[in-house]
Amino acid sequence: MIFKIFQASEVETLFELLSVNRIVGPVEKGRHVNGSTLYDFDVVYDFKDLKLDYGQTIHSAKNYFLPYRENLCTFTFENNDWQKHVDFGAYQAHVFFGLHPCDINALNKLDKVLMGDLYPNPFYGAKRSNMFIVGHSCLPTPSCFCHSMGADSVLGGFDLFLTRMEDEYMAEVRSARAYHILERLETREATHEDHLLFRKTASEKRSLFTCEVDTSDLTKILDMEFESEVWKEWGDRCLSCGTCANVCPTCYCYGVEQEVNMDFSHARKVKQLYSCNLVDFAEVAGGHNFRPESSTRLKYRYYHKHRGFVEAYEESLCVGCGRCGEACLADITVPEVIASVRGSEK
Amino acid sequence: MKTERTFLGVPVVKPRVGFFDLSSCEGCQLQILNNEATLLSFLSLVEIVNFREGMKEKSDEYDIAFVEGSVTRADEEERLKRIRENAGTLVALGSCACFGGVNQLKNRFHDLEWVKKEVYGDFPIETREARPISAFVPVDLEIYGCPIKKEEVEKIVTKLVLGHEISHPNFPVCMECKANENVCLYDLGEPCLGPVTRAGCDSWCTSNRMGCWGCRGPAPAANLEQLEEIIKQKNIPQERLLDRLECFGGFGEAARKMRHRLEKNS
Repeated sequence: MIFKIFQASEVETLFELLSVNRIVGPVEKGRHVNGSTLYDFDVVYDFKDLKLDYGQTIHSAKNYFLPYRENLCTFTFENNDWQKHVDFGAYQAHVFFGLHPCDINALNKLDKVLMGDLYPNPFYGAKRSNMFIVGHSCLPTPSCFCHSMGADSVLGGFDLFLTRMEDEYMAEVRSARAYHILERLETREATHEDHLLFRKTASEKRSLFTCEVDTSDLTKILDMEFESEVWKEWGDRCLSCGTCANVCPTCYCYGVEQEVNMDFSHARKVKQLYSCNLVDFAEVAGGHNFRPESSTRLKYRYYHKHRGFVEAYEESLCVGCGRCGEACLADITVPEVIASVRGSEK
Repeated sequence: MKTERTFLGVPVVKPRVGFFDLSSCEGCQLQILNNEATLLSFLSLVEIVNFREGMKEKSDEYDIAFVEGSVTRADEEERLKRIRENAGTLVALGSCACFGGVNQLKNRFHDLEWVKKEVYGDFPIETREARPISAFVPVDLEIYGCPIKKEEVEKIVTKLVLGHEISHPNFPVCMECKANENVCLYDLGEPCLGPVTRAGCDSWCTSNRMGCWGCRGPAPAANLEQLEEIIKQKNIPQERLLDRLECFGGFGEAARKMRHRLEKNS
């Protein structure tokens, strides 16, 4: 890894250099009734709109690489014949400016599923390989538990990672493209003092977490507590609305619908991101529903994130970004659910 | 003259359809006519033979009847039964036909004679409890919304003509609202029925920063107890939630129970 130091004010120059492409970053979206600012990812046209000191965004950035709705293919019907057209939907490169470690870790996890050997997803792959990622350091919000999930720092999956250290940035350079862009900025080499400051910054961040999840032996505990009463209690609260999955940076489950246009000249297959909490998620042909109760559906969401995925990939599918808990109107949060399941082992 | 159309080489029959109105604002029918950009395509899909909002001709020979409005008079009940006899497929179009709609708001008053007097004074008029059309005749298909979402109607009618299976979204409006990346209205201090209302509207209201009023009725797994709890925690008066649950009639029994509870506690 190459480390460079530059003045904080230079980050605007970096933004301008990258703005030959479409930049997506954190922007203000409104004010919460409690007075706090609400952030979300959006296309940023002006550096002034980019809020690099954001806590957490409402949604993840997944709409740009794993859209909520996407055409898988379209068909044209003509003279009793038909043609199929597939478009991966990667029309332009995206620069993601200001992704936190949780979201970059989320992309790395999605890569394992969607760009692995077994069932690579070209729709995702086309967009994923056409992006430039500038990560940015952060301070934990009250609902962040990324350190519990090992996602509070990130080793790869980005081009450039910026850690704010007083009036300067330490830039981790991870790609040749990033290196050449940094050449156009006024930078200096990192010194021993910078290295010490980096560690100090990191340990200060770690000291600020107020929320955590005990993941030790979690896959086994989940196995043991499959019949636990706590699932029923959480299930009673669950609205089965799918919000948790929609704001989650790693939820990738989907449904497919087919539509014919009114002229019968075209048809399309539309993919829509779905949620395992929705009532018909496990409904099969013939109408049988394997998970009619909301408690079972909620439980399986946790089993996929914290057990099944761990068995398959030796890591959790949760990055601890805390978005699901923030967005859940019923206040169902990962730390509380896991703690209650662990508590019931006694 | 019916134009012979085919889909994947298979001939497709162009059904004769009629649009009918009971007690309603006829806004759902206007929605269908409003869609100028796709109106010609819609007309290539079906042959409209009876549509007071759009034509003078009236035929009683139709395969599909779209009925807007609720039943509030005896003659409407009779008319509805005749439509049912004529039609192979009867479609309830919009919230009034499906649930009673805004009209059924009057049902919650104990004294309907008083309601009549308040609205019409001494003018002699027959009006009774507003009921959905399913209270009188078997309904084959319901299309929700106040008003209906024309894109959804077009999709449904296309499926109807092609004989494809028709299914409504079983998830609540939150799914579509989140997919549209809106800020949650509860975060802005507004009540919203999005978490319990059936989707399909593409979060029409909430995308325009207006909380959902539940016009499409409850989603199959609607958790109203929890929504009540949420409203309490957020210090939003229960009455504001109830106003919305009652507005279109979709939440029927649950809303009635809640009103009963609130009246008892007040």
